[in-house]
Amino acid sequence: MDSDDDFISNMSSEEDMLPDDSDNDMSNYEDYGFDDEPDAYSDSQKETGHGKKVAYDFSFKVYQPSDIQKQQDDLINEVNMILDISKEEAAILLRYFRWNKERLIEDYMDRPGQVLDAAGLSQSAAGPPKIQVIPGFVCDICCEDEPGLESFALKCGHRYCVDCYRHYLSQKIREEGEAARIQCPSEGCTLIIDARSLDLLVPQDLTDRYHELLHRTYVEDKETLKWCPAPDCQNAVECAVKKKDLDRVVPTVSCLCGHRFCFGCILNDHQPAPCELVKKWLKKCADDSETANWISANTKECPKCNSTIEKNGGCNHMTCRKCKHEFCWMCMGLWSEHGTSWYNCNRYEEKSGMEARDAQARSRVSLERYLHYYNRYANHEQSARLDKDIFHKTEKKMVQLQKESGMSWIEVQYLNSASQALQTCRQTLMWTYAFAFYLARNNLTEIFEDNQKDLEMAVEALSEMFERPITELADPKLKVEIMDKTTYCNKRRVILLEDTAQNLAEGKWTFNVEFSGSAANGGPSTRR
Amino acid sequence: MASQKRIAKELTECTSSPPTGVTVFLPKDSDLHRWHAILDGPENTVYQGGKFGLVISLPTDYPFKAPTITFATRIYHPNITNDSLGNICLGLLKPENWKPSTRLLSVLEAVRALLVEPLPDDPLEARIADEYRSDRKEFEKTARNYVQRYAKGPPKFDSSENSSTAHEGDDKKGGSGSGTGGS
Repeated sequence: MDSDDDFISNMSSEEDMLPDDSDNDMSNYEDYGFDDEPDAYSDSQKETGHGKKVAYDFSFKVYQPSDIQKQQDDLINEVNMILDISKEEAAILLRYFRWNKERLIEDYMDRPGQVLDAAGLSQSAAGPPKIQVIPGFVCDICCEDEPGLESFALKCGHRYCVDCYRHYLSQKIREEGEAARIQCPSEGCTLIIDARSLDLLVPQDLTDRYHELLHRTYVEDKETLKWCPAPDCQNAVECAVKKKDLDRVVPTVSCLCGHRFCFGCILNDHQPAPCELVKKWLKKCADDSETANWISANTKECPKCNSTIEKNGGCNHMTCRKCKHEFCWMCMGLWSEHGTSWYNCNRYEEKSGMEARDAQARSRVSLERYLHYYNRYANHEQSARLDKDIFHKTEKKMVQLQKESGMSWIEVQYLNSASQALQTCRQTLMWTYAFAFYLARNNLTEIFEDNQKDLEMAVEALSEMFERPITELADPKLKVEIMDKTTYCNKRRVILLEDTAQNLAEGKWTFNVEFSGSAANGGPSTRR
Repeated sequence: MASQKRIAKELTECTSSPPTGVTVFLPKDSDLHRWHAILDGPENTVYQGGKFGLVISLPTDYPFKAPTITFATRIYHPNITNDSLGNICLGLLKPENWKPSTRLLSVLEAVRALLVEPLPDDPLEARIADEYRSDRKEFEKTARNYVQRYAKGPPKFDSSENSSTAHEGDDKKGGSGSGTGGS
């Protein structure tokens, strides 16, 4: 199947399915795509974009808090005008429909009563919310009945004293972080409190928090929007890549704050490895199953007290340091039974002994394979950190370099670009090793390994130049070399990523672990 | 304090016109925030004939926060932990569902309803829930055994107040107030 058609076939197949959330999101996306001006999408990245529409391309857009607010306001205003309902009600309805305007309008036109009920809006028309004093009122929550007690009720008429209402709302907002779906305090009443009533009841600091929480639900409710996970960053990123696409694409997005992350799993950029493999890899590295693997490959247990023993040389006559049990390392049998053939265990060729040896050998091979990839992965991770440290030091040196060589600030920026390149390339390299660990050999893996090797060599060369003392850096020849190498590294990285991404999109990789999507079977790619 | 008034009122309600098969009382030396109740195993259920002690704790923020209810008597039930803690899974009491206007009267009714009809799809004890669904006979047998073993005679409320089974008054057990005696 042509990869271009892939997305299209996906979209059309959605229509066969029951109208569920994903369906709506797709229509949202389409709508968005057509309504906005064509250049609204910033091209994702140099390396995957080039403006061409290819299978592994995906676009994304970064929104700042004001953009997000405006989008919500626009939608609310639109629904407010089309359906002739108040803005508060429009907002509640939109939240109920997870901001799917089309479905809201359609459903509302068909059966307004049911929609309002379901969203927690009862139909009776009433004036603006107000606090009242009603003679003979007893608050059902605190049981106070003193005359002059101020009370409040939503349209449902469940009336409670203002103090209880406040207490209830502040607990919901402050402790439970609830905003869009706070119901009337009455048992069984599903009416949702609207923003205007809330503003009337609670103090300013709480309304601020409330609006912040509301603001958040907009992003959290939409599958195409995600918060940038960088600390203190308030931007959100829009990307149309769905969960089910994640076996085909690694959607790395970069926020305006500079943070690059995967839209699929919110982790730091992990191209070229797909999210699922990343998850597996991280779990594998975090698990102490590998420790166990090592233990099983390198140690045996004392047959008597089960202490773990690593044989560090010497003969097969073992004496457990803990329990003083004497046994043969080969057959694990009692040493005393060996009679006189001390250094030649005659039970060695027994079946059980051979099985035990095979198991140990297999364990050792798989451990070595894992360690091969893990060491390289960890090495790049560490090197990226060290490169960063060096850069911080170099930053100071850049100032020094300006003074000594008479270069301008702009002219020493090549060091900055070199450092950036080193870090992104190492990040990529790091994940190529995790990716390679799960890759089953076929003729594509060779190309992949060549690309990996090229990038690695370029990165190491650049890294070496980067670490040179400041006096050498002032040499214009080295400067040109560094700049060239930087460009080369970036180019090699793009080549590697394009190659892996394309094969991923076309389902050409085979993996040695279960991988969702047809890729694991190695057969021709048909989705679903 | 506002909540005191509400609690006092609810306690009066619960003691003067208690829900079917439930007796509510305040244990000795307890403040208003800790109640005890005895729940009679509902008729035509495996729990029939058992008397189950319930401990009702009202948080200081009551009624804005939900009360917690635990079984002081061991019971074999998909929605109640099969241990000495006797925790209950009751949708009504979950923070997101709790409404400050909900009365303990309806909470106690909900607990009783749980004995009449367990909710195996929302279990605390997955194994018991499985058994309830797939091997009802075995479930009923074990549940009846538990009643015989733990729920006969006056319930013990093992707590800091040293088994305050002593409760006088209008419950059906008539003079069972001797209890196991505190130290």
